[in-house]
Amino acid sequence: MEYSRRQFVKLAAGGLAGSSLAALGFSPARVLAEVREFKLARASETRNTCPYCSVGCGVILYGLGDKARNARTEIIHVEGDPDHPVNRGTLCPKGASLVDFIHSPHRLRFPEYRAPGEREFKRVTWDFAVQRIARLMKDDRDANFLQKAGDVTVNRWTSVAFLAASASSNEAGYITNKVIRALGMTALDNQARV
Amino acid sequence: MALQSLDVKNQSARTSTPPTARRTPEVAKLVDVSRCIGCKACQSACMEWNDLRDVVGVQEGSYTSPPDLSDQSWTLMRFHEEERDGALQWLIFKDGCLHCEDPGCLRACPAPGAIVQYSNGIVDFHEEQCIGCGYCTAGCPFDVPRLSGRDSKVYKCTLCSDRVAVGLEPACIKSCPTGALHFGSKQDMLFEAEERLGDLRERGFTRAAVYDPRGVGGTHVIHLLPHGDRPEAYGLPARPKVGLVQRAWRSGLARGVGVATLAGVLVAGLLHYMRYGPLDVPPGDRPDGEVKP
Repeated sequence: MEYSRRQFVKLAAGGLAGSSLAALGFSPARVLAEVREFKLARASETRNTCPYCSVGCGVILYGLGDKARNARTEIIHVEGDPDHPVNRGTLCPKGASLVDFIHSPHRLRFPEYRAPGEREFKRVTWDFAVQRIARLMKDDRDANFLQKAGDVTVNRWTSVAFLAASASSNEAGYITNKVIRALGMTALDNQARV
Repeated sequence: MALQSLDVKNQSARTSTPPTARRTPEVAKLVDVSRCIGCKACQSACMEWNDLRDVVGVQEGSYTSPPDLSDQSWTLMRFHEEERDGALQWLIFKDGCLHCEDPGCLRACPAPGAIVQYSNGIVDFHEEQCIGCGYCTAGCPFDVPRLSGRDSKVYKCTLCSDRVAVGLEPACIKSCPTGALHFGSKQDMLFEAEERLGDLRERGFTRAAVYDPRGVGGTHVIHLLPHGDRPEAYGLPARPKVGLVQRAWRSGLARGVGVATLAGVLVAGLLHYMRYGPLDVPPGDRPDGEVKP
């Protein structure tokens, strides 16, 4: 495209006048003000219990996506469950930052095993872990099980203790008790007083 | 669109009058300082919701952590320790934006639409429009906005405008486990504060007071202070107000003077040209020594 000298000067003068007006505040562009997009609009909600202490606050996990077959859910936000009778939506600082706990790089994702004398933990299969725990429990129970104390039948196994979770449901607590007591274990504890 | 629930009442460096036909209720956050235990759940919830993560710092002799508000920490529990009559007092204060009715930051801001005030009282920063001049940090009577070293934009509490826009309470309010934080219409919050004030006075805090300073037209984050006669003890100014420069510099008068000066210079230049013509440079004065016929 070609300009004559006169056209060029006109164009330059027009540009200058326009930018001066804009600089004075006569801007033609409408400035739109809008709040940040609400990030949970179509997130899927899952109810859960905070894993930390024994208060057992209800939380809602907000997952990306609608749980369609090909969509892999990622938890993007966690907040208190307003319908939960324990906390009614509130959380403590640890509970309020649960999403970082979920995505922590230090979180244990699979069973690991450090053999006696070894320095490093090694990844093992669940089968290996469960079998090894069962084997050790069985050996210890066979060696230390007390059937009688004097004349009284006691069926006690006192050399091993069991630590259960605090954020369990009634049903899970019932099953834990049944299994552990059936083995004769007397030292059963959970984190019910933090 | 979100604008339907949050009408814009005022915006920085605006040149047109905002619409005023609709009336929407004003919201407010009530911080009952007497109920706060300083657990920082609000701080965690704020960072979580707003996708912020401040750096892990070092212990500096106080429970205030991080040590100051920043582009990553929009609310901060400040632990003021003071000794009076031989007894140690711990004044825990939730710092952050107070969402003034007459915001000094908005008056100071030269970037169109970078600071917006909604009809419900929330003062929101739109970082996309921010030019990073930092005038708002000078204009704020409470020293709240923080200029980010990373992107040269200013950040502060939004009162979770994105949550309020869809009818939810701000994240800090929801998390507070002791009920020190409340959210609702400003009228309700003032009513609740008054009720609680009576409670506190009965229990010996005779000087308890509601902090809703008139100097900035009232705020949309109101504090109930057990030692209401000394807001400075909590780090709050006793009589905050918007500075004269911030109030005057974009006023009609200042702009009129500016435009008149500019027009005067143009007219004077034109008159000068008509009277004396173009500048006549003597041949010997040309820098390259060139002589034109």
